[in-house]
Amino acid sequence: MDNRFLVDDKHLSPAALQKKHRLENDPASRTDHMQYMQGMEQIESDIMDKVLSEMNGYDYSSYTAADVKAALEHETCTVEDFKVLLSPAAEPFLEQMAERARYETSKHFGNTVYMFTPLYIANYCENYCVYCGFNCYNNISRMKLNMEQIEHEMKIISASGMEEILILTGESRSQSSLEYIGEACKLAGKYFRMVGLEIYPVNVDEYRYLHECGADYVTVFQETYDSDRYADLHLLGHKRVFPYRFDAQERALMGGMRGVAFSALLGLSDFRKDALASALHVYYLQRKYPHAEMSLSCPRLRPIINNDKINPLDVHETQLCQIICAYRIFLPYVGITVSSRESESFRNGIVKIAATKVSAGVSTGIGDHESKYNKKEANDAISDESETGDEQFEISDSRSLDDMYKDIAAEGLQPVLNDYIYM
Amino acid sequence: MNNDKLIIGGHEFNSRFILGSGKYSLNLISAAVRDAGAEIITLALRRANTKEQENILDYIPKHVTLLPNTSGARTADEAVRIARLAREIGCGDFVKIEIMRDTKYLLPDNSETIKATDILAKEGFVVLPYMYPDLYAARDLVNAGAAAVMPLAAPIGSNKGLATKEFIQILVDEIDLPVIVDAGIGRPSQACEAMEMGVAAIMANTALATAGDLTMMASAFKDAIEAGRKAYLSGLGRVLSRGASASDPLTGFLRN
Repeated sequence: MDNRFLVDDKHLSPAALQKKHRLENDPASRTDHMQYMQGMEQIESDIMDKVLSEMNGYDYSSYTAADVKAALEHETCTVEDFKVLLSPAAEPFLEQMAERARYETSKHFGNTVYMFTPLYIANYCENYCVYCGFNCYNNISRMKLNMEQIEHEMKIISASGMEEILILTGESRSQSSLEYIGEACKLAGKYFRMVGLEIYPVNVDEYRYLHECGADYVTVFQETYDSDRYADLHLLGHKRVFPYRFDAQERALMGGMRGVAFSALLGLSDFRKDALASALHVYYLQRKYPHAEMSLSCPRLRPIINNDKINPLDVHETQLCQIICAYRIFLPYVGITVSSRESESFRNGIVKIAATKVSAGVSTGIGDHESKYNKKEANDAISDESETGDEQFEISDSRSLDDMYKDIAAEGLQPVLNDYIYM
Repeated sequence: MNNDKLIIGGHEFNSRFILGSGKYSLNLISAAVRDAGAEIITLALRRANTKEQENILDYIPKHVTLLPNTSGARTADEAVRIARLAREIGCGDFVKIEIMRDTKYLLPDNSETIKATDILAKEGFVVLPYMYPDLYAARDLVNAGAAAVMPLAAPIGSNKGLATKEFIQILVDEIDLPVIVDAGIGRPSQACEAMEMGVAAIMANTALATAGDLTMMASAFKDAIEAGRKAYLSGLGRVLSRGASASDPLTGFLRN
């Protein structure tokens, strides 16, 4: 195992430490990541097999400059063309790719850039995902907001002008129950036009319940589509089950959600293969559910609390830009979100080429919007320091909605706060 | 020319340019009104459904007719609900029906559109349905009470021009309502060509929104639409489709 991820906290009990080490060092101590756990619904779907077989057969070193030129000349970008555009051979053609990407973006989205903000309502987690700040062995301040606190956060965010919110929790069904999340969605409906969710994957009827509570967009990151690598990184908890996570978007659509979002966390594994699989996941699912709205995110690994060594390895800004341009050329109709993990300069540049959605006024902590939005010291805003929960990862671009709005407009683009109606 | 009005549902318009809503910006709205002479502006209700500081409604001059659309609707039922909501918030009685069950090509679903047209026309709406140019569907829309039909020229946002030209011509020839070409018009020359065919009006958005100089492109569309209209009204001269025509008639040998 790549040990840059592994950190032993001094607060862990000897028994916890022993279990942690056994999970890290002895694969036999882990459950089978391809086996469903009790209560996990299994749907009829061939999408995973299609995506994984394309990904496994992808040899990106086999392409040449001539292939890239041909791919860029084709009016419609095929799966084969997309593979070419993701390959190292396409890197020298990044400027041409960006031009083509900008053309496609402008055809489908004009000059518009949508804005949203995440709201973390709880950071309890039952999984041991070695790269994540919320993992159950990481010693951080844990917190779950009650409904009153959630409403307080929502009021502050809403007052900033934001109209779309993405509600997030750590992945703990026992701490953040479905009903708890459902009630948060109902509250969000009072303050926001559009409510999205990024929570642990659930079954079809549970997605239907959340949809009825007002949520209409579900984001699930597969993290990596390489199932062996996935098994090495997600050592404990329900998240360990690879296929249940893979089919989450499809279950969400079956449950009546309008849209779904996808992503690999770039830097965990072979990023070219992960980018291919992410886009094919969208591509095949869109063919099966043509009415659904789809979007792709492209996060790179970031440092977390207690481990500042985590970084996105070989996915530099150039590679990230190549991936995003290739996504746009292959899937011109799909939304592309670029999060505050990326720098201000990268985000300003990429919205002019391919990104259609950016977050603003971001906190990945719990219950700290008042101190962050009003620039108060945390202790001024609240009486007890333990009333905020720690962050999932470090962000890079901390611009407020107001600043982001002005910056986007200054680039000649049209910032949009809502383009949605709940049916 | 001065008496040549566009009449939709009993309302008269001097301009035959309608601004679409896909790519919206406040600059675009003012250029369309000022430089393209637009008297009808489409507004996606889902976009107007905002508390944004720059409310779109405030930017639309009083003399302009709002044409709220039902984008975001996937069924007739959803389109009907959006149309009613538009009327409730003061967008008037005009409604453009857009029903799409495909997020990739955004092609309209004709059968759901006919159902929604039927319901909304009975409720007193001036219904302008966006449609795929199919003669049977157009006839059904007429019977359902549509005030015009709005066939697409090419996939929305594609700027590909009159890809469905032959089928739009059939609608112009066979349908008694105004035929308004919607979607796909990328250049003023394409708008002009459609107007020469006898189309009643042109809706465009992307072509303006993505132009280098919005103002100049808006006025180019105005000129092109007017030129095409004049050509249609004046009766186009013959256009040879193949080869040349002999100046001595081929049948000159016939003696009677």
